[in-house]
Amino acid sequence: MKHASPLPAAPRVQWSTWALLTGLVLLIISSFATLPLKWGDFFSTDAVRTTADFLHGFAPPELSPNFLLKVGTATFETLAMSAIGTVIAAIVGALLALPASGRFGLLARNATRGLLNVLRSIPELVWASILLIAAGLGPFAGTLALALHTVGVLGRLFADAFENCPPLPAASLRVNGAGPAATFLYATLPQCSPQMLSYTLYRWENNIRAAAILGVVGAGGLGQMLKYHLSLFQMQPAATVIIAMLLMVAAVDGLSYVLRRAMTR
Amino acid sequence: MPRDPAWRGRLITTAVVLIVLWPMLVQAEFKPWILWDAQSLSATWQFLSSFVPPAHSAEFLAIVATSTWETIAMATAGMALAMLGAIPLTLLVTERLSISRLGSGKVAPLSAAIRHAVRTLLVVLRSVPELVWALLLVRIVGLGPTAGVIAIALTYCGMLGKVYAEILESSDAAACNALLNNGSSRLAALLYGALPDAAAELVSYTIYRWECAIRGSVVMGFVGAGGLGQRMDESMKMMAGDELATMLMVFVVLVAGADAVSAMLRRRLS
Repeated sequence: MKHASPLPAAPRVQWSTWALLTGLVLLIISSFATLPLKWGDFFSTDAVRTTADFLHGFAPPELSPNFLLKVGTATFETLAMSAIGTVIAAIVGALLALPASGRFGLLARNATRGLLNVLRSIPELVWASILLIAAGLGPFAGTLALALHTVGVLGRLFADAFENCPPLPAASLRVNGAGPAATFLYATLPQCSPQMLSYTLYRWENNIRAAAILGVVGAGGLGQMLKYHLSLFQMQPAATVIIAMLLMVAAVDGLSYVLRRAMTR
Repeated sequence: MPRDPAWRGRLITTAVVLIVLWPMLVQAEFKPWILWDAQSLSATWQFLSSFVPPAHSAEFLAIVATSTWETIAMATAGMALAMLGAIPLTLLVTERLSISRLGSGKVAPLSAAIRHAVRTLLVVLRSVPELVWALLLVRIVGLGPTAGVIAIALTYCGMLGKVYAEILESSDAAACNALLNNGSSRLAALLYGALPDAAAELVSYTIYRWECAIRGSVVMGFVGAGGLGQRMDESMKMMAGDELATMLMVFVVLVAGADAVSAMLRRRLS
């Protein structure tokens, strides 16, 4: 006696899904095939010994009070870079969000959005290395780099917030004879500002992490110290800097977790 | 014009923000006027004017194409390795798949300890920034894409492992529990209980991370891990603005392309 299968038939898989999967597998295989990867250098006994020596050089981390003070200053510098960069970006982003939300016509909207996309798609580190020429080595270039990238991100988020804002309050002000500036300041902006503030805080959190590593191209903060000590093969100070980075990021993560919990409760 | 009813609060907030920002401005050497300094202006102008026309000799374009592919390949290979590491670690770390908790609801101490250790490993892997991994690995394996691939694999293994576990934990528990209570193995409970509910989100997150890895692998080139970033860094040091202009354009297109592919794939899933 033949039983019908208790399970329903499996859903048909579309041919395009197969094509995508095949493409994906081909992409992965060709990636490994074409890259000049030197696994031998990484897994040979020689490499294991070099790695062990290298890691051994980190211990113990440099802990002299003088050096710790320097690390503390660099940490503050990193925080300062991220805070100033984010503030500048929030202000400029809000200004650019006005044309980008279609207030000055479709042409201005598309042009500004294009600009914001370019600003956003170039990472902070690339901006920093370009800005070194105009702003010189040091944290100022890093701050500007963070600001430029973040303008792209926040400008677009703010513009979306303005566009999705409920139009009724603004419309009623307009109908009663308020000018466009007053309408924006007293209807649209107050409605969007909580969302804008939370975007800005979120970006600040991201920027702290970004500012920590920005220095490897010479743009100040902890990254610059790390690069400096690593290139002189001073491993123990480098270890301290890496630990400081980890602690800072962990503190920021913890703080933002607590704040988020407190705000959503 | 009527007075702003909230003017006092606004004024005080502005003052407090300025007082807090002041030491930060000093520490960050925030001196915008140096941008308008004659020397800096001429250097910037010289550099910017070398952007046009962008470099477009066939030879250079071939180099750019090769390094762009290298960047994509680094991101893809790194992601593949990261998934290879993250999937088993997720299986270890997901409490939903715990057998010892069945009945009592409490996980056995040994399993809890293992889970905790693996979770700590994931946290460490992902909290060291990929650029720092690359910086260290370049000193171990030398310049080139190997360091970049391993750096992406390590950081993203941590991220994927953590988020995979979170997604699985937040999926519907009923199917998984029913399977485990009836004696199925952990792997079967994952495949038939948790995955059908969570698969789309897992894949979507992985694709999003692949997009991030492409951006990340350009950045890692700046510390010598190969690809487009390393070429950019070289052109930058030679102040070859025309080459930089071409590569920036390629980069913007690459990011937009990865963005579009990832959005297309994720739309198919939902």
